[in-house]
Amino acid sequence: MRNALTIAGKELRSYFVSPIAYVVLTGFLLLGGWFFFNLLSRFQFLLGIYSAMRNNPEAQLRLNLNDFVIAPLLHNLSVVLVILVPVITMRSFAEEKRSGTYELLMTSPLSITEVVAGKFLGAFVFLLIMIGLTGVYPLILLLFGNPELGVIAAGYVGLLLIATAFVSVGLLTSSFTENQIIAAVSCLVLLLLLYVISWPAETAGPLLGGVLKYLSLTEHFGEMVKGVIDTKDLVYFFSVILLALFLTQRSVESVRWR
Amino acid sequence: MIEVRNLTKRYGELVAIRDISFTAATGQVLGFLGPNGAGKTTTMRIITGFMPATSGTVKVAGYDIFDDSYEVRKRIGYLPENPPLYGDMTVESYLRFVGRIRGVSKAELGDAVDRVLHTCGLTGVIDRGIGHLSKGYRQRVGLAQALIHNPSVLVLDEPTIGLDPRQIIDIRTLIKHLAGERTVILSTHILPEVSQLCEKVVIINEGRIAVEDTLSNLTQGMSLEQVFLRYITKDIPEARGAAEEAVA
Repeated sequence: MRNALTIAGKELRSYFVSPIAYVVLTGFLLLGGWFFFNLLSRFQFLLGIYSAMRNNPEAQLRLNLNDFVIAPLLHNLSVVLVILVPVITMRSFAEEKRSGTYELLMTSPLSITEVVAGKFLGAFVFLLIMIGLTGVYPLILLLFGNPELGVIAAGYVGLLLIATAFVSVGLLTSSFTENQIIAAVSCLVLLLLLYVISWPAETAGPLLGGVLKYLSLTEHFGEMVKGVIDTKDLVYFFSVILLALFLTQRSVESVRWR
Repeated sequence: MIEVRNLTKRYGELVAIRDISFTAATGQVLGFLGPNGAGKTTTMRIITGFMPATSGTVKVAGYDIFDDSYEVRKRIGYLPENPPLYGDMTVESYLRFVGRIRGVSKAELGDAVDRVLHTCGLTGVIDRGIGHLSKGYRQRVGLAQALIHNPSVLVLDEPTIGLDPRQIIDIRTLIKHLAGERTVILSTHILPEVSQLCEKVVIINEGRIAVEDTLSNLTQGMSLEQVFLRYITKDIPEARGAAEEAVA
């Protein structure tokens, strides 16, 4: 455990001494701010129209900050993360292999589980900082409006879980190669695939459709954004994370049998 | 201290080393010689536990490299051919990191870092980023990294490659000091280095051991160059004659 923390600390520091962390954080917050501003403007606009129609109280009830600002914001952020997380994780193993520091890690008295756990923790904490900083948007809404706090919290837990799943997949693809570009691109493709895998679900028949829907990251994330924390979604996310980390551990260890 | 028995390593069809055996006693400096591609790096990577052998065993300080890999890795200091450095770290933070993953306790870490900074002549560059250091300093940081946990076995893969003559002398002096109670395996192409530092010599050629003997036994009346050429051109008598003439 101590070793995993040492590696996590090193990872985190190396994010912040390279420009990658700052570029990723700036880009993420810039886009986040843009989404937030536009969603809020649209909400304002709709509010104007709806309040003109005083005879339709149902419509007014449906127009709330959670559904019209927070939910689309979280969905948009998750799409941005699909692109940014591979950039964060691409170095983790690939760079070590290319620069020869892999030999240092592999000949130190560390278990491979410790190495993988350390790399994962480092990336996870970076992600926590990234997502934490976007907390400023709902905070503004809480100060000036009355969104439902519970729904926001569930949505943020969902965003963190889906992003953690992205990180695990990113570590896996990085462990396959010593080329960072290949690591990033293959992670991006895998994540996009998991994102859109449920598209044919409606026409694929009940069984296959159900399976495709279950595999899709978005379906589970969507539930949580709506404010529903269901065990089946949690189980799904934890399975994806643990499976990807387990495969990473195997892939790193396989160097020892080749 | 180090016991290599019948070691074979295949990469698919290619046989990198076949049936290699040699030993190094405690406190001995063993010179590991051979032409490029002879299998030196492969052998060292197996001894340090970086990768497994296809067959054969290695024992370091009585521990089997396969069964007790963890115990072996605690006792070995390893400087690979390319020093394993993180360019974005400072010398000090890098050595602290290596110390911790090598199992140096928190209480002893400060002293351990100071010790290797001094022995490797790095006190002037403590806060410099490793990426900005010259080749000579990088090599020294690599050596410091291998020494941080005070290992009883040192495996050095061409430690003086690419250094200027002054730095080579420094590193050699350092290795001489380090020997003493440590067992050192030193791989190199530079034969005078072996004459100066090593008591025992193993010459490897095309993945096989060509000879294993003490330096004094090998060089009776001959230079190490002659010995080296004799063993690596053993199979072709004409080449061997020509090579010996060339040296003479």
